[in-house]
Parts: sequence; structure tokens; C-alpha cells
Amino acid sequence: MTKNILIVGVGGQGTLLTGRIIGNYALSKDYDVKMSEVHGMSQRGGSVVMQVKYGDTVYSPLVELGEADIIFAFEKLEALRYLPFLKEDGVLIANTQEIDPMPVVMGVEPYPVNIEETLKASCKNLCLMDALSIAEELGSVRVVNMIMIGAYAAYIGDDIKEWEELVEKTVPPHTIEMNKEAVRRGYAAYQNK
Amino acid sequence: MKKLMLGNEAIARGVYEAGATVAVAYPGTPSTEITEFIAKYDDIYAEWAPNEKVAMEVAIGSSVAGARSVVAMKHVGLNVAADPLFTAAYTGVNGGLVAFVADDPGMHSSQNEQDTRMIARAANVPVLEPSNSTECKEYVKKAMEISEEYDTPVIVRLTTRVAHSQSVVELGEKTAYELKPYEKDIKKYVMTPANAKPRHIVVEERMKRLSADAEKLGLFSIEKANNKVGIITSGICYQYVKETGIEANIMKLAMLNPLPLEVIKAFAEGLDEIYVVEELEPVIEEQVKAAGINVKGKELFGRQGEITVRQLKSVFGMALPTYREAQKTPVRPPVLCPGCPHRSVYTVINKLKLTVTGDIGCYTLGSAPPHGAIDTCVCMGASVGMAHGMEKARGKEFTKNVVGIIGDSTFIHSGITGLVDIVYNKGVSTIIIADNSITGMTGHQQNPGTGKTLQGEQTYALDLATLCKAVGINNVVTVNAYDMKAVEKALREETAKDAPSVIITKAPCRLIIKEKWPVYKCSHDKCVGCGACLKLGCPAIQKVGNKVTINTALCAGCGVCATVCPKGAIGKEEN
Repeated sequence: MTKNILIVGVGGQGTLLTGRIIGNYALSKDYDVKMSEVHGMSQRGGSVVMQVKYGDTVYSPLVELGEADIIFAFEKLEALRYLPFLKEDGVLIANTQEIDPMPVVMGVEPYPVNIEETLKASCKNLCLMDALSIAEELGSVRVVNMIMIGAYAAYIGDDIKEWEELVEKTVPPHTIEMNKEAVRRGYAAYQNK
Repeated sequence: MKKLMLGNEAIARGVYEAGATVAVAYPGTPSTEITEFIAKYDDIYAEWAPNEKVAMEVAIGSSVAGARSVVAMKHVGLNVAADPLFTAAYTGVNGGLVAFVADDPGMHSSQNEQDTRMIARAANVPVLEPSNSTECKEYVKKAMEISEEYDTPVIVRLTTRVAHSQSVVELGEKTAYELKPYEKDIKKYVMTPANAKPRHIVVEERMKRLSADAEKLGLFSIEKANNKVGIITSGICYQYVKETGIEANIMKLAMLNPLPLEVIKAFAEGLDEIYVVEELEPVIEEQVKAAGINVKGKELFGRQGEITVRQLKSVFGMALPTYREAQKTPVRPPVLCPGCPHRSVYTVINKLKLTVTGDIGCYTLGSAPPHGAIDTCVCMGASVGMAHGMEKARGKEFTKNVVGIIGDSTFIHSGITGLVDIVYNKGVSTIIIADNSITGMTGHQQNPGTGKTLQGEQTYALDLATLCKAVGINNVVTVNAYDMKAVEKALREETAKDAPSVIITKAPCRLIIKEKWPVYKCSHDKCVGCGACLKLGCPAIQKVGNKVTINTALCAGCGVCATVCPKGAIGKEEN
């Protein structure tokens, strides 16, 4: 059975790296893996989606409406936007961080209120976490993606040690400790959801 | 060894394993990474050319000289490179010559969704189309062999979902390849009418032979099913068909030009219902229908955008997954980055209410709200020619309110000849070269103006001001793009002149400058919430209640907001 994962957010938030880490982890477990990325124009602060699929044999690299087993949303509004892709019983892990899109910046449209209530009403398997605050506490907003990865490790029920090792291989040496702590915090946040 | 690879990375690996030694390209999404990955192989010479035509010509020259050679571009780049390609189909090759052309169904990052297979048909150039990263690598090698065996350039056509998807690739060994001897052959390589006429006959025979040899070359595959439904498909659409899980006889084409029509006829024999699943133009469908085979295609799938698995399931009458209704959400389009040097230029342009012929690059984002500053965007270099065209239609007075805006890389790509035209034909247009010293939108590639090669080595940096003067522009002004007063002064003065002008608004892309600049903050005591700074469309500036707040995590410290604030409420954050 194929696992379908969507990682959504705003260009520049590190969704690409997150997808690649998860994809390579699946490959190390001998799964067939496909990933689809967004490059070019869509990266300039726009809404971005990284798609990861793994299983015995994966054909299409794309996740269809209603077929995502899990969605990681790096930003709250993007969680709402991609909700139609989530399976009925799928898991949504959403960072509660808000980044205003241009129509909101310009005051043309409001940032939707009650997103969290809508998500709660719609998904049984929801994990809301304030990854931005955790990241700030750890010393860098850039580790938001590692917190999300920690939550993923908890979701699939894997030993966190394996993920810490993976992170060790991926990030620059002087940031290893901070990133490992970020993974642990994300892991704990998911378990306590 | 198994590795997850982007389609574009697998293409590069294929180039390496095929023993190619020369690679040329102009960047363009979704093809850019091919050449960036090739550049990591020490034994392949790789370069950015100023445009796709030059890239194609360099690759043709290298092929004639005996090296296995490749060239990469996005679909619209093939229009630029079409001239050399069409005739290279006549001359044929010496060392193998393969062009990678990446189409963009759905226009994720393009101005049209033209179909490379149509151009290839017009040019009589064979096309192979991979459906995943493994095939990307293998088809490069296959294309090289076909190129040499059949004496023709070959196109490997990608689409965004193949180029920018990762899948598992088994790495292979590099093929030992020695340069083919170079021999002068006027009848083959000098395409005067007398020589080209016999070559045209060769082209036609070659395509017939290739079509007949498709089976021998393994250029299609057939999966049998125990029913009378057939599907003919290729590339990413093959993966979509398989994803549906439909029980059907599936013919997957690896070669899209020429089509192996005899084999397709045999496949169709005895089937009751045949679908052709292809994105964009009905290239397979029309040829198959012309061969007398009854198929269904575009009436079900349409020509626009990408085909989805859901759409296929619906057409095949299969169950569709349910999904939650979409919520109303504000759109999040791509925007000019915080600190982008184009922002100040567009702000001045809007103040002066100018008509703007635009071009292709990050600065095309100036067409989006809140700026809405651009009137046209057609193709690489069009801003220059179109500004001149506007003048010739409406006269010099109208042109005093018109500017063309073009980036440094785009100007070098295709803007120079337009400028020559303005001078030669006594135009008075004003052209802005928004020089951010990099090819930005495609992800920061070097170009002839940056002084660095693809590999980052120092080289001669083309001086744009000197170049403009050399073609006959006497009024060339260079200003700091962030200095809005200077930009405004230059625009007012140059557009008023009865002579052509170039204004170079210079400041490197904020993303390539690593240094941190002091961030700005807005004093809520002084802010009156007038919204002047919000019109800059900076992602770092947000209105919270009646006042403006600057997001210090996003602020890049350009200070343009401080310049436009009428109340002096915005200033550098003091540490």
C-alpha cells in the first residue's frame, strides 16, 4: 500500500528539504519512492507543495484529491488550502504559524479567522503545534522543518534515534544539536497531541 | 547503487554514462538543473550560453567536431533554437547530438504550454520521452546511440512532472567514448540549396527507417490484458494510467517522433475501445486517426493543463475518492522578495504612470498586485522591440510615457538586437535594464554580465553600459536601483528626450548578497496607517489593526519603505 504525503507551506520555509529527508528515509527502508517538487516561479514566497509517495511500487508522483495519508502544513492558511487532499481518516500536522499572503498584506482580504476550529471540526487526526515558538525557543526559526520531521517520526511510530542520525547526516555540523533537539520536541508534541 | 534522483539529475547522470563531453544550455524552468548537475562531473565541459540558439549552435559544432554533445532548454527556448535545429536535422551529426527540451503543461513557470513534439515533427527530429528518472537516464544513452546510428539530432522531451520529480535510479558505469575523427564533408555540413536538396531526401528516409526499426530498438512496450480495452500513452501520462489500476491493454511509447504506426496498427487489431492519453496537443491521436485507427482522446481529456489520475478514473468509469470541500482561502501568489531591488523601480514607474512593455524574469512579478506596473509580457527580449513598436504605432509623444523593462540576463539573451533596431530606425524609446547581476527567476545562474562562469570561475564581465553606447545609444544612465530619487530623475529626463535612452537600474539580487543589513521598524506613535508602504507589496510589511508592523524575521533591510513613508515613521532598528 502506498503512503501519500503532502508537505505544504510558503516558498522559503524548508518544505523541499523536509520532503527529501522523508523520501530518503523511505528509500533506506527499501521502499519504492517518488517525490514531486515545485521550482521556479512558484518559489518566490508563493504557496508551495512537496509531494512524497512510497510503497512497493509507486507510479504517479502526485497525490490526488482525498488521497493524502498525511499532510504537513508549515503554515496555517496552507493547511486549510490543502485540506481537500487529505483522506477522510488522514492525519494533519499543522504549524499554527501565520504568514500573510499578499491580498492580506494589502488589506484586500482578511486572514481567515477560526482556521483552527475549522481544522478541528474537519479532521479527527489533527496535531496542531506552535512550531515557530518552539523553534524560536531553540534559537532559530529555521528549525521549524525539523520539528515537523520529529512529529512525522512519532506519527509513523519509528525509533527517534534513527531520525536523529538522519538529521546528523543532513545538517551543517554546528547546528546538529539544535536540529536534534528540534526533532525531539516535534516527536514529543505529536505524542502529546 | 540506488539513488533518489530528480528527473533532471538523472538526465545529467545519463549524459555522464553516455560518455558525452560537451554540454551547453540557457537556464529555463523546468530544465535548469540538468546543466547544473552536469557541471558537477569533472570530465564533461559545461557552459551557460547567452541564449538557446547559441547553445544549440555550440552543441552542433561540438558534435560535428566529433564529441557526444548535449544541449538543454525549456520548451520556449526551443523556439529560439529552432533555426539551427531545423537545419541540423539535414546535416546530421558526427558525435551524437541530443537536445533536452522540458515542456510545462499547466504552466507552472511559463508563458505558454506549447508542445515540443509539434516542433520536432516540423523539424523532422526524433523524440524520446521518459516517464520517470530511471528512463531519463536510460533514454539519454538510447538517444545518443540513435543519434549516431541514424545520423540525426535527437530530442529527449521532458515535462515538469518528470523533470521535477524524484524517483529511484540504479547508477551505471560510464561508457568509454572516443572523439569521432573530424573530416571535412562539404556535401553534408554546408547547407546550400544544392547540398540541402539531397539531404532532405536523407531526412525523409531516415525517419521512415526509424519508424520501422522501433521494435528492434525497444522504443515501445506493450502490457496485455484479458479484455478489449486499449490505451496508447507515453511519459508521465503512462504513470497516471498505471496509477488508476485500470485493467487494459497498454501501449507505452518511448519514441514520439516518428511514431511506429505499423506496430500501433497491430496493437489496435481486435480492440473495441482505444484511448490515447497524452497531455497538450493531440500529436499521437491525430496521426493514429490518420492511419485509420478509431481512438478517443482530446474530446475526453482536453488540450489545456495537466491530466490527473482523478480525471482518468472518471473517464474510465472508476470509483473516485471522496474529498473535503475546498474552503475559501486568499490566494498566495509568488511575490517580489523582501529587499528585492525591482520593487523601488516599479514604485517610481507607477508614480510616473508609465506604460511598460515587460519581459521574462523575476521582474515580471511587477505585473501582479499591488504594482500592476507592466502592460505586456510575451517572450525573452520582447520588451525592447515592443516599446519600439508602440512608438511606431502612436508616435514620439506617446512614447514619452512608455518604457521597456528587461533584466540583465534577458537583455543579453535577446534584448540587444531590439536595441540595435531602435537606434537604426531612429526610435526614441527608453529602456530600463533592471540589472540584478544574476539570472534570478531560474534560481541564480551566472550569465555573461556577472563575470563568472557556470562553474563560478572568474571571466570577462560584459559591461552593459559600454555595449549600449556601442550600438548607438548616447544616453546611458546607471543608477542605484534602491535610490528612488535617482531612478525618478533618470526616468523623467530620459523619457522626455527625443533620442533613445537606456537606464541601468543596478543592485544585485538581495538573495545573492549574504551580508545582513540592519532591519527596519515602524514606530506606532508616528504611523497613521496611510498605507503608502503597503503599496510596495513587501511580504515583510503587514497591517495589524490600524498600524503597520514590519516582520523583522523577513525584513531584508533595503529601506525602501522608509523612503516612501510620508510621516517618517519607519527607520532602522537600533541595536
